[in-house]
Amino acid sequence: MFEAFQQRRWALVILWVLIIAAIVAAPSVLPVFRLNLLGRFLALAIVALGIDLIWGFTGLLSLGQGIFFALGGYVAAMYLQLNSSGDLPNGIPEFFSLYGVDRLPAFWQPFHSPWFTLVAIWLVPAVLAAVLGNLVFRNRIKGVYFSILTQAALLVFFNFFNGQQKLINGTNGLKTDVTELFGQMVGSSEMQRGFFWVTAVMVILAWLSVRWVVRGRFGDVLIAIRDDEPRLRFAGYNPTLFKTIVFAIAGGLAGIGGALYTVQSGIVSPQYMTVPFSIEMVIWVAVGGRGTLVGAILGAVFINYAKSLVSEAMPQSWLFIQGGLFILVVTALPEGVIGWFQGDGPRNLLNRLGLSRRSGTYPRLELDGQEEIQP
Amino acid sequence: MTSGLLELHGITVSFDGFLALRDLNLSLQPGELRAVIGPNGAGKTTFLDVITGKVAPSEGDVLFKGRSLLGRPEHRIARLGIGRKFQSPRVFEQLTVRDNLALAVSRPKQPWTLLLGGLRSSQRDRVQHLMSIVNLQKRADWLAGSLSHGQKQWLEIAMLVGQDPDLLLVDEPVAGLTDEETDLTADLLKSLAGDHTVLVIEHDMEFIRRLDSPVTVLHQGHVLCEGTMDQVEVDPRVIEVYLGTTEEDSK
Repeated sequence: MFEAFQQRRWALVILWVLIIAAIVAAPSVLPVFRLNLLGRFLALAIVALGIDLIWGFTGLLSLGQGIFFALGGYVAAMYLQLNSSGDLPNGIPEFFSLYGVDRLPAFWQPFHSPWFTLVAIWLVPAVLAAVLGNLVFRNRIKGVYFSILTQAALLVFFNFFNGQQKLINGTNGLKTDVTELFGQMVGSSEMQRGFFWVTAVMVILAWLSVRWVVRGRFGDVLIAIRDDEPRLRFAGYNPTLFKTIVFAIAGGLAGIGGALYTVQSGIVSPQYMTVPFSIEMVIWVAVGGRGTLVGAILGAVFINYAKSLVSEAMPQSWLFIQGGLFILVVTALPEGVIGWFQGDGPRNLLNRLGLSRRSGTYPRLELDGQEEIQP
Repeated sequence: MTSGLLELHGITVSFDGFLALRDLNLSLQPGELRAVIGPNGAGKTTFLDVITGKVAPSEGDVLFKGRSLLGRPEHRIARLGIGRKFQSPRVFEQLTVRDNLALAVSRPKQPWTLLLGGLRSSQRDRVQHLMSIVNLQKRADWLAGSLSHGQKQWLEIAMLVGQDPDLLLVDEPVAGLTDEETDLTADLLKSLAGDHTVLVIEHDMEFIRRLDSPVTVLHQGHVLCEGTMDQVEVDPRVIEVYLGTTEEDSK
């Protein structure tokens, strides 16, 4: 058993070396268009890490991560819009004139500051997640009811953002590709290369922090919440507090992912808060492997890459493939692809194909008979 | 009467008009071992739910070390020093035996302390010690879900002891255990009394006899009588509620 464990460890290390090598090599190998796509998908991987934390480890299935994703994007876009509108009439972003607004709404004011923006990108979604989460968790709303509530909240936010032309340009969203940062166009190739590196570093940092959270006793408490939350209360733990914290962390990660996605795709709009997109986020994690952090990252990157490749070749077929993938995972690979590799999947498959010898001894055999319960 | 570790005064619990407990009074002295028996539906588990904060009584008060427990959430009551073992073993199946016990012995149980530090060496020793008491050292790195039923029962008792509560509430600890395991469990609980106050709910009369402790009989949410096993056994009211006296019998 120990040897198998070691082998899996090595497999994981090799996987990580390959991932990092791919990221480092990407800018010199890929054309800017493909590099930009990869950068966006890595931004989505940050969101997926948050979903893995709350769903894979803690058992909270949120269908509303799009809220926090879009908020991060809006925060970044608001700063970029302000940063580039100094020469415009009234010194405010152009779209305001379409709706006859000539004074900047008060809540835009703090976004003149780059430092405020850098903090707000993760803090605003995290605080919102903490408030929403706490209201739900303290009332002991769990399981499918929690999922439905998060989806309802998503719809509320979508409709609100969609309708507020005078505040945030409503359904048109905020463009970032023609804004300026450090005196350069955000949409330029050089800037996009830079954002790719920032995103790659952020994915690694996000992975390290989530790993730090789920290791050790804090992570054990999360798994215990997933297993048997009422029991945990009687052991003296307050599950509401733990759930609020991880939901806030996931919200903050979604915000960071949303900001990085926005600057690389050139726009943020209420489309980021549609129901299907938030469900897709969950599918990335399910396919990659719940409870395996590498699985969440690879799931997000590979599914989205497949989506863009398939959509280029056969535009109508992607939804069927995605649906098929989800059904395959639910029925055949409940632990996801990486979970399957980490578990007994490969050995079971070899056994089934008759390619490996069955283990000679029942692993527990050596212990049985030697134990008796003694107080 | 106020010197008791746990005092229940006139507890009434109503579920939509059905009285699961009515005017229940009980007092436990520090260090005492007490068995509670009663036929099905007597309110035994509801009675534990009230003490541990899972169910709020409609009338009455629960005092622990002189302080009222009413209105406190479950985890705060647990931190005051009340541990509970459930009827069917409830351990965290996706965690190893060692991690299950580590969660029990950890304190304080705040997110920040769990995030920032590991287990202290004294706590690690305690986990080892607990595993040796229930003979699970060899299973330390097994997932709790892969243990046998009896081992889960014992792991849960070890977790309870690991919490180091002043009051242990033990709900049917020997359900599904072999005779030998039952006897060992009885000895374990007896050895815990003294340092801890232990309240055991059980159906198994042989087990209760072996505990050799005062017995409280519950019937329809009310204390029917208290006494030693020998006294209770011959009490006509107890015989009546357990065996039933129908009109045909009295004819």
